[in-house]
Amino acid sequence: MKENINILGFLCEWCAYQGADLAGTSRLNYPAEIKLIKVPCSGRVSGHMILKAFQKGADAVFVAGCHPGDCHFKSGNIIAQKRIKVIKSILDTIGIEPLRLDFFFISASEGLKFKKVAEEFYAKIEKLGPSKLKKWKIR
Amino acid sequence: MKTKERIGVFICHCGTNIAGKIDIKNLIQKNSGKENLFFFDYPYFCSQLGQAFIKEKINQLNLTRIVVAACSPSLHEKTFQKVAQEAGINPYLISCANIREQCSWVTLDKEKATEKAEKIIFSHINRVMYQQPLFVKEVEIVPRVLIIGGGIAGIEAALKIANAGKEVYLVEKEPSIGGHMAKLDKTFPTLDCASCILTPKMAQVRENKNIKLLTYSEVEEVSGFVGNFNVKIRKKARSVNLLKCTGCGSCIEKCPVKVDSEFDMGLSKRKAIYIPFPQAVPNAPVIDRENCLWFTKNKCGVCKKICPFSAIDYDMEDEITLEKFGAIIVAIGFSLFNPELIYQYGYKRFPNVFTSLEIERLLSSTGPTLGEIILRNGEIPKEVAIIHCVGSRDENYKSYCSAICCLYSLKFSYLIKERTKAKIYNFYIDLRLTRKGGEDFYNRVLEEGVEFIRGKPAKIEMQKNGKLVIECEDTLLGKIRKIPVDMVILSPAICPGKDTLSLAKILGLSLSSDGFFQERHPKLAPVSTMVEGIYIAGCCQGPKDIPETVAQAGLAAAEVISLIDKKKIEISPIVAELKEDYCSGCGVCIELCPYNALEYDSQKNKAKLTPEKCFGCGVCVSACFGGALSLKNYREEEILAQIEGIL
Repeated sequence: MKENINILGFLCEWCAYQGADLAGTSRLNYPAEIKLIKVPCSGRVSGHMILKAFQKGADAVFVAGCHPGDCHFKSGNIIAQKRIKVIKSILDTIGIEPLRLDFFFISASEGLKFKKVAEEFYAKIEKLGPSKLKKWKIR
Repeated sequence: MKTKERIGVFICHCGTNIAGKIDIKNLIQKNSGKENLFFFDYPYFCSQLGQAFIKEKINQLNLTRIVVAACSPSLHEKTFQKVAQEAGINPYLISCANIREQCSWVTLDKEKATEKAEKIIFSHINRVMYQQPLFVKEVEIVPRVLIIGGGIAGIEAALKIANAGKEVYLVEKEPSIGGHMAKLDKTFPTLDCASCILTPKMAQVRENKNIKLLTYSEVEEVSGFVGNFNVKIRKKARSVNLLKCTGCGSCIEKCPVKVDSEFDMGLSKRKAIYIPFPQAVPNAPVIDRENCLWFTKNKCGVCKKICPFSAIDYDMEDEITLEKFGAIIVAIGFSLFNPELIYQYGYKRFPNVFTSLEIERLLSSTGPTLGEIILRNGEIPKEVAIIHCVGSRDENYKSYCSAICCLYSLKFSYLIKERTKAKIYNFYIDLRLTRKGGEDFYNRVLEEGVEFIRGKPAKIEMQKNGKLVIECEDTLLGKIRKIPVDMVILSPAICPGKDTLSLAKILGLSLSSDGFFQERHPKLAPVSTMVEGIYIAGCCQGPKDIPETVAQAGLAAAEVISLIDKKKIEISPIVAELKEDYCSGCGVCIELCPYNALEYDSQKNKAKLTPEKCFGCGVCVSACFGGALSLKNYREEEILAQIEGIL
């Protein structure tokens, strides 16, 4: 049997989380394997959290925040985007494909975009298969 | 897991919205009997009965923390926080699991939806164990308001707030209030006289005891937060004592220096000691130190000699005022696009190419020509061209529409036709006459025989006889036309005021992509900003006409009055926290904080946090290597526990 994919998304409270809610109110469906956690700002997501997610069995992680210039806290989204780049290189060193981590800009009005992002990201990770960390059962 | 906590998990059916997809009965059955967990379900927890049910269970079973699995926390987190508080649980010891918007509504398969809901619920059970009680702090609001900018928006807001009995400081950088509206002759589309409706309001500002007017002044520093802003205002040296001066004007008469008048857009001369315009408030002169002989060459001094009230004070120095304010309204207006940038239109190269504001001054009965429309050589023009959208709706300059140019160009057409009988051509891209009465006004202008050519002029050339030839494609005829005229009026784009960027930095406001101040919400919070307690009104938010400016000023005033009348403000407890012992003083967090809530304490060689300035984004927390910083309600432990539960 095919192993289940587990994807964790960190969504900023002001834009991306509202966008995900809108996807719900608009009854747009996306894979149930995508689970979401609310953060006050995408800039709150630390390397620790992302690595922990991989350690605990996530096959992929994404962070989504407001569009550039729309950040509720001025620039947290841009800082988050830069941080993700750094963490990608860390993943690379420990043998996790950097593709398994991504950053998206999603506004509160982009329910449809959220669905698309979720589906596309899921398809990409499904192709990659489960993360090696999971196979090694390092938990 | 700490064992003494008793957690109530309340799963809402939301009718069939959740229960139709998620097998709640099975979910509860599977998990019942787990230590310290108490599961309940109910058709609608948000209903009065549902809320009473939660309270009853909290009291019956001595629950210490609760998880509500229902709709998005954006909808009912506050409701359930209140329920918890009323039942004696700290509102920050509850956690809302979103199993509707982010689970039942987006998942097709029932089994998968139930599985996902279970994960979500357990992630919140994990999280709530680590949550800490937090307390909302109340801070008193200083009942004083700062308004920056004394144009029609600032004046209107100041009067509204002062009439409600609140103290207002109105700060204007020019020597008089009035702003751009004071320069206008008539206003569209009703053609009522601008100064007849503005100057009574200016006089009311002068007379109002609740308004402290600081002209020739600028805001230099702002710190603090809503309810308690600390502001530093520089009152530039006017060199004239306002308490002694009566505005008789004898000093102005005798002053030997003549320079271009800013108020008349350089079309007339003023003295080095001057009153910007006859209805100025305060009606007292100011010495322009850059041009005054006393300040440049240390001679003359005739104004001081002649003043019968010895009001002239050459030794006057800039005054610094430090004051506390509860709220701030920014109404600094706009600046006009400089048409010199569009070389082919010949502004400043050809004498009879004018901007709209210059024409306003020519039309004004107190202007340089006393209301006569004449060319630079004194002749009356026989043909006049008005070019719309100069620099606006233009990818090369400003891509936005300036909103008011169509209507004021129609106004010019009407007034100039009336006064000179000249033939008038309007060159337009589209006519956007969305304002009330706009279409009727257009028809009236059409009846007067004003010509409209749909097309953007390519260039303007001057012939030897002084005629300006406009070359343009008439897109309705599909032909290139060359039209000779005597006078060209450019309607330049409305641009952000010159101080917009520097003031945005001082106040911590953000700008939209076109450079105007960004409102909190384009529809539902059009005058609020992302900074609590700071509001915007008028053209500094985007191009608009006078009625809309006045409406915004009124709304800003209402926002401020309702804020101040609350007397106290609740400050969100979700802010950063610094454990000094863990801080290495690396300074990474200081660079990242967008609100200057973190500073470097050079005595301790550590970071210093001012929680009142913190907005709770947590950017600093996730950058702190030593784990010295944490964000309340979003601490690392809380989120890590949630991650563990959801995967």
